[in-house]
Amino acid sequence: MTALYQVNIQKTLGDPQLQSAVYAATGRLIDHRSKVVAPEILPDYQELRTQANLIKKHTVENLDYYLEQFEAQVKAHGGQVVYAREGAEVVDFLARLAKEKGARLIVKSKSMTTEEIELNERLEHHRLETVETDLGEYILQLAHQRPYHIVAPALHMTRYDVADVFSRRLGVESEVVPEKQTRIARNVLRQKFLAADIGVSGANFLVADSGAVVLVENEGNARLATTAPGIHVAVAGIEKIVPRAQDLVVFLKLLGRSATGQPLTVYTSFLSGPRRTGEIDGPDEFYVVLLDNGRTKVLADREKRQSLYCIRCGSCLNHCPVYRKIGGHNYPWVYSGPIGAIISPQFLGLTHDPWLPFASSLCGACAEVCPVKIEIPKLLLELRSEVNKNQRRGRRLERLAFRIWAWVMRHPRIYEMLVLAAASVIGNGESGQWLSRPPALLNRGPLRAWFSQRDLPPPGRSFRQMWRARTRATRG
Amino acid sequence: MSREHILHKTRTALGRSVGQPPAPAPPARLRVPEVDPEARIDAFFRALEALAGKTHRAASPADACAYVAAVTGGKRAVASNAPFLRQCGVTSLPGVETGCTDRDALRAACAAAEFGITSADYALADTGTLVMLSSREEARLVSLLPPVHLAVVPREKILSGLDELLTVLPQPAELTSCMVLITGPSRTADIEQILVRGVHGPGEIHVVVV
Repeated sequence: MTALYQVNIQKTLGDPQLQSAVYAATGRLIDHRSKVVAPEILPDYQELRTQANLIKKHTVENLDYYLEQFEAQVKAHGGQVVYAREGAEVVDFLARLAKEKGARLIVKSKSMTTEEIELNERLEHHRLETVETDLGEYILQLAHQRPYHIVAPALHMTRYDVADVFSRRLGVESEVVPEKQTRIARNVLRQKFLAADIGVSGANFLVADSGAVVLVENEGNARLATTAPGIHVAVAGIEKIVPRAQDLVVFLKLLGRSATGQPLTVYTSFLSGPRRTGEIDGPDEFYVVLLDNGRTKVLADREKRQSLYCIRCGSCLNHCPVYRKIGGHNYPWVYSGPIGAIISPQFLGLTHDPWLPFASSLCGACAEVCPVKIEIPKLLLELRSEVNKNQRRGRRLERLAFRIWAWVMRHPRIYEMLVLAAASVIGNGESGQWLSRPPALLNRGPLRAWFSQRDLPPPGRSFRQMWRARTRATRG
Repeated sequence: MSREHILHKTRTALGRSVGQPPAPAPPARLRVPEVDPEARIDAFFRALEALAGKTHRAASPADACAYVAAVTGGKRAVASNAPFLRQCGVTSLPGVETGCTDRDALRAACAAAEFGITSADYALADTGTLVMLSSREEARLVSLLPPVHLAVVPREKILSGLDELLTVLPQPAELTSCMVLITGPSRTADIEQILVRGVHGPGEIHVVVV
C-alpha cells in the first residue's frame, strides 16, 4: 500500500465524526435490508438469489448474442445504439451530438458508469454544462467530490456540510434543515430540467427482448431527465443486459430490498425508444451507449467473470467491516467496498493498486448478502494469488518463513514445544488481560507490524492440553 | 469500428462464434398467487398507506369525483386524457384543465398546476404501486411535475404484484415507449438519511379505487 493511502486511511480512522456517520448510515441500511429479506416476509428470497445468479450467468456467457438482440430491438423501436470502447468515445459521441443539435445544457441522473469515466468533467472541456440531478450527486458535484457509496453517494456528509456547500456554491443563506435544503435543490434543478437539451442517464438493466433501458430511483429525477429534454442518452456497461422483460421481476424484487430495504423503489421506468406516434410527451431521440471500458477483459476469465453479475445494490459495502471503517474515499476507484476491491483491479489492471485485494478480512459477509451471489471472498483470494505471482522478487524471506511454518505444522511435537516456548515468552498475562503490547522479543520485524494492529488474548491452556485432559478423564 | 471490436472481444473471451445461438435460457420465474379482488384492494391500500400515500375507496364514479373535488378544492389541476376520468366527471371539475395533446402546452400546464390527475393502467397490490403506460391518454408529466398526484383507478385494474404484471404484459415495449411503476410519493434520504418527500416528483399521492 502506498504511503498516501495509509495517511488517508489513518485520517479517516481518526475522524470520530466521520466514523460515526458512516457506521450509523451503513448500520441503518443493514437494518432496512434485513427487515425485508427475512424469511417470514420474503420466503423465496434464496430462490430469487439463485434465479438471479442463473440469469446473470447465462447472459454473461452468451453476451454477444444478447448485445446484438438488444441493439436490434432498440433500432426496431426507433432508437440508436452506440458502442464505446472507453470513456473518450462516450465523450466524443456526446460532444458531437450536442454540437449537431446546438445543445448546451445536459441534465444527468445518477449513474456509476458515468462516474467511472468522469463524464461531467470531460464534457465541461467541451463547454457543455452538465448538471447532476440526484440530490446526493448534486451536492457532491457542487462540492467537487466523488461518490462515497454506490447508492448513497453523500452518505459521509452532514446537513451542516450540505448547508456550507449550498451557501458557498449557490449563494443561498445557510440552511441546515434537510427538508428545506431539498426544496432549494428542487427549485434550482426544476429550472435546469425544463431548460435542458439532453438528458443523460445510466441504466440499471438493459432488456434484450425489448430494447429497453430500465431505471430505478426514488426522487423522480431520472424520470424528468428522460422525459423533459428532447434527447435521451443512456450510458451503460455492456454487462447490464438481461434477456427478457420477465426476468426483471426477480431483479427488481432483489435490487430495492438489498440496496435500501424497499420492496420496490418509488419509480421504476421501463423505456424503449423515443416517444411514439400519439404519445404526448417523451424525448424525440433515444440513444443507448454501450460501454466496454475493461469489461471484455474481465469476461475472458471463466472464474472471475462473475464480477460482471453485479447489479450495484451497495449491500456488500454496508456489511463490510473494512468499508465501514475506512469509508468510500480510500478506495482507488469510484467503486468502493468489496465489489470495488474485486472489480477495480480487474478493470484497471492488477499493477495499479496491488494492495487492494488484501484489504479484506475475508469474513464473507459480502457474499452472504450479495443478491446475485457473487463469490467475492473467493475472487479476492484469486486476485491475491495473482498479485503474488506477479511479485516473485523480494518475497524470498516470506516464502522461506512459510516453508518453515509448513514444516513445523507437520511435526506436532515440535509445534507443541514452540507453543509452550511462545507462551512462556509472552508470560501468563496478568489476571487474564489481553496483551496490547507484545514482549520485546517478538516485537520486531514483520511481527511488529502485525502486533501493531492486534491484541493477543491471554495465553491459557492450549487445545492439545484440554484434549489430553479430556481423554484422560473419560478413560479414567 | 468500436462495435465490431467489442463484439469480437466478447466472442473471443467466451469462445463463441458469429451468429451462434445462445444456450437455452433458464425459464423465467413468475409466481402469480391467487388473491381475491377484495383482498387485493386491502393489500394495495395497506402498502400505499405505509409509504404515506393517501387512499380512498369510492362506491361509485360520482363518489370518486367528489373525493377529487374535495382534495383539489378548485385549485389548478391538470387531468390526463384517460376516458375513465371523464366517465367519473373529474375532467369537468372547476380548475381542472384537460384534453391537452401538445407537448409544450402540456408541459406548461403541468409546471403551473398544483395537482396532476391520472388514471392507471394497472396497480400492484403487494407493493402499493401504480403502473402507467405512456400513451395519447396518459402523458408522462401529469404524474410527475405537479406537487400532488391524484390517481383514480377502476378496481379491476389491481393485480397481485409484479409477477402478474409481467405475465399479462410480457412485452411492455410493444405497447409504449415508457412504462413507469410508481410506488408512493417521490422521496430522498440523501442528507443524513433523513426521509424527505417530494424531491423532483410529487410529494403527495392519493389513489382512489372505484
